[in-house]
Amino acid sequence: MKTYDVAIIGAGVTGTSIARELARYKLDIALLEKEEELAFGVSKSNSGIIHPGIQNSPGSLKGRLCVQGNFLIRGLSKELNIDFKESGELIIAFNEEETRELLRLKKEAEVLGVPGLEIVDKTWLRQNEPNLNADVVAALYAPTAGIISPYRLVYGLAENAVRNGVEIFTETKVENIIYSKPNFEILPSKGLFRSRYVINSAGLFADEISKMLGVDYFKIRPRKGEEFILDKKKENMAHHLILPLPSKTSKGVLIIKTADGNPMIGPTAEDIEDKEDLSTSDSGFNKVLSSARRLIPSINDKDIIAYFAGLRPVAGDDFIINHEDKAPGFINVAGIQSPGLTASPAIALLVTNILKDNGLALKKKFIFHAHRKRTIHLFQSPLLKTKKLIKKDPSYGDIVCRCEMVSAKEVRDAVKRGAKTMDGVKFRTRALSGRCHGSFCTARIMKILAEERKILITSVTKRGKGSEIVKEDRFLLSGAESAKSEV
Amino acid sequence: MVTKDLVIVGGGPAGMAAAISAHENGVKDILIIERDQYLGGILNQCVHTGFGINYFKEVLTGPEYADRFIKKVRNTPDIEVSLRSIAVKLTSDRTVTFLKPGKLETVKAKAVIMATGCREKTREMVHIQGSRPAGIFSAGLVQKLINIEGLLPGKEVVVVGSGDIGLIMARRFTMEGAKVKAIIEIRKETRGLLRNMVQCVEDFGIPVYFNHKISRIFGKSRVEKVSVIKVDDDFNEIPGSLFEIKCDTILMSVGLIPENELIEMAGVRIEGDRTSVPGIFVCGNSFKIYDIVDAVTEDSFLTGKLAANYITNQ
Repeated sequence: MKTYDVAIIGAGVTGTSIARELARYKLDIALLEKEEELAFGVSKSNSGIIHPGIQNSPGSLKGRLCVQGNFLIRGLSKELNIDFKESGELIIAFNEEETRELLRLKKEAEVLGVPGLEIVDKTWLRQNEPNLNADVVAALYAPTAGIISPYRLVYGLAENAVRNGVEIFTETKVENIIYSKPNFEILPSKGLFRSRYVINSAGLFADEISKMLGVDYFKIRPRKGEEFILDKKKENMAHHLILPLPSKTSKGVLIIKTADGNPMIGPTAEDIEDKEDLSTSDSGFNKVLSSARRLIPSINDKDIIAYFAGLRPVAGDDFIINHEDKAPGFINVAGIQSPGLTASPAIALLVTNILKDNGLALKKKFIFHAHRKRTIHLFQSPLLKTKKLIKKDPSYGDIVCRCEMVSAKEVRDAVKRGAKTMDGVKFRTRALSGRCHGSFCTARIMKILAEERKILITSVTKRGKGSEIVKEDRFLLSGAESAKSEV
Repeated sequence: MVTKDLVIVGGGPAGMAAAISAHENGVKDILIIERDQYLGGILNQCVHTGFGINYFKEVLTGPEYADRFIKKVRNTPDIEVSLRSIAVKLTSDRTVTFLKPGKLETVKAKAVIMATGCREKTREMVHIQGSRPAGIFSAGLVQKLINIEGLLPGKEVVVVGSGDIGLIMARRFTMEGAKVKAIIEIRKETRGLLRNMVQCVEDFGIPVYFNHKISRIFGKSRVEKVSVIKVDDDFNEIPGSLFEIKCDTILMSVGLIPENELIEMAGVRIEGDRTSVPGIFVCGNSFKIYDIVDAVTEDSFLTGKLAANYITNQ
């Protein structure tokens, strides 16, 4: 049996960032994920904000890694060919007292090294953010804030990691880990993995993984956040990320520009028990709507086309990134809540150093493929370019999802790049995520998935086993040859 | 750039009637842009009867109703049809850009009729609390899955809303061997046609709960159950009336919205029965939601005539 140098448990943004960073070195790396697809845990409901680093205490790991990550993500997104938009953010103040608080935040952030901070006045705001509540008196402007698609980042990292030799195993839920010197034996639902080092980036379940090796000094508590997405028509409602002054537990309800144009409002912050409870509520909706209207009064609830909830894996105030001496070679990367997405490239570097400090020999590969080919999205493409694309491949002109303008070619490519489920196609292409919510394109996408993956249409799922879309295929039951309409 | 006298976006009942009417009124150079692989629009999946009672004085199925217009369009050489073609841009100078497999084309027209139909309101638009598992469908999607694709989406169904498609699909599910456990309607009476309440619901013994709403959806991977609560006539919840229904499928039939995004993107407004830009017309369900297709046909015949007059007077 193969012995890996490093096994990483959990393929969210933290796990894939670490895998891709370690792929630079001559190492055998296994990345294990319990879900059918990557980013299906905490990362899929990330809001996609690349934070500048404000609102973290200067001594914290969060603060340091956030500022460093904000810098690193620029180069990384270029290498992976994933759009990063530096939209800038505004933390707003409604009165004198709040303005003083902005000054305090500014000072604190400058100690951390957040660049370009500026207090802007009412006139500036009226010019640059005309829909903002007229009662706002000032704002702290952070130009380095930005947005990225969290799942496209994870998929980009994973694709590039695989290109550089990392092995990914999905539907591989780790059930036990045994340390038998000098290696760890990882026992998942299927198979057995042996590895010299184990990195625990299991998100909400990091405490359970850590406990398997007797390391139980932290507990992950899920903190639910409900988010509400507005129609793309409202793309220009706000030009920056807009934040109120933060509270102790969260940054409050924000106006978020998402990577693909739809504005998003949220999140709530509610401590819960169940690590799988992704339900949304009327109270969450009402709270988010009224809080968001305090920032932009003209927000219309009729423009909300989708909503979801995510769970932040909270393990105290700061990230936990430690080598555990109790189990030499085991590294916890836990409690990676906000600003985890921003910090992820910096976390990957930190973990690499921890591995090195603990005896892992890091020899650079002769060839490391840093660059990933750009994925084509028609919704980002000017019509002239689309025309050329269609000339090159006619199926770019075959539109599957009309709300978001996604072609059959893009859907097929997404499946070839690893999408196995309807949600996987949605996260990669945006098909199914528009205003009709899949009413028009579900049937077609199911057929493409079944055809490309060579599976029965009854085996097509929303997000893994148990979430099959349909119950029976009448043509198959009647013994008839497939009489389906065209794929 | 190609030029045409009249471009019609949409080859459903509205677009076809508008094309036929414009042709009868003298327009000889017409293009219909249809996104599907056949003309007829949503009628193709409406295999039930009840179409044409007003217009043809006959009881037809959806495909039969569509077929009468498809034949006429196909027998009119002046009407060109581009299938699997989706309009992606309209500008106020009456230029339409559309994509089809292998082609991106821009057409400049003397007049444009938008006949793009409607879409269904979703669970998201009526704000139902709870989880988001597989098994939540719009009525139109279920109709397509069963009638066109031969797939059965679920076995134990709760229908939300008593719109016509919801009632018709409740019957369809029952005929396919699924159990429709309830139709939940927040209002005190149906939103659908009386004949559908009788023929689709009462005749099949499907329980209907008026003055009730779904208060929460449960299920992690697939829908497992819903909780239902009674409301008064102002939709206020009545405490203590909560109960649960086990089901694997939720069918949403809570209304339709005109599909007008291209018109909006062009900066064109709908004002009364016309648009803010001369030469751009809207008809059928993309103009307003009609209960029956016969009315769509009448409206679209009129629009075709208006467009023809506009072209003639230029």
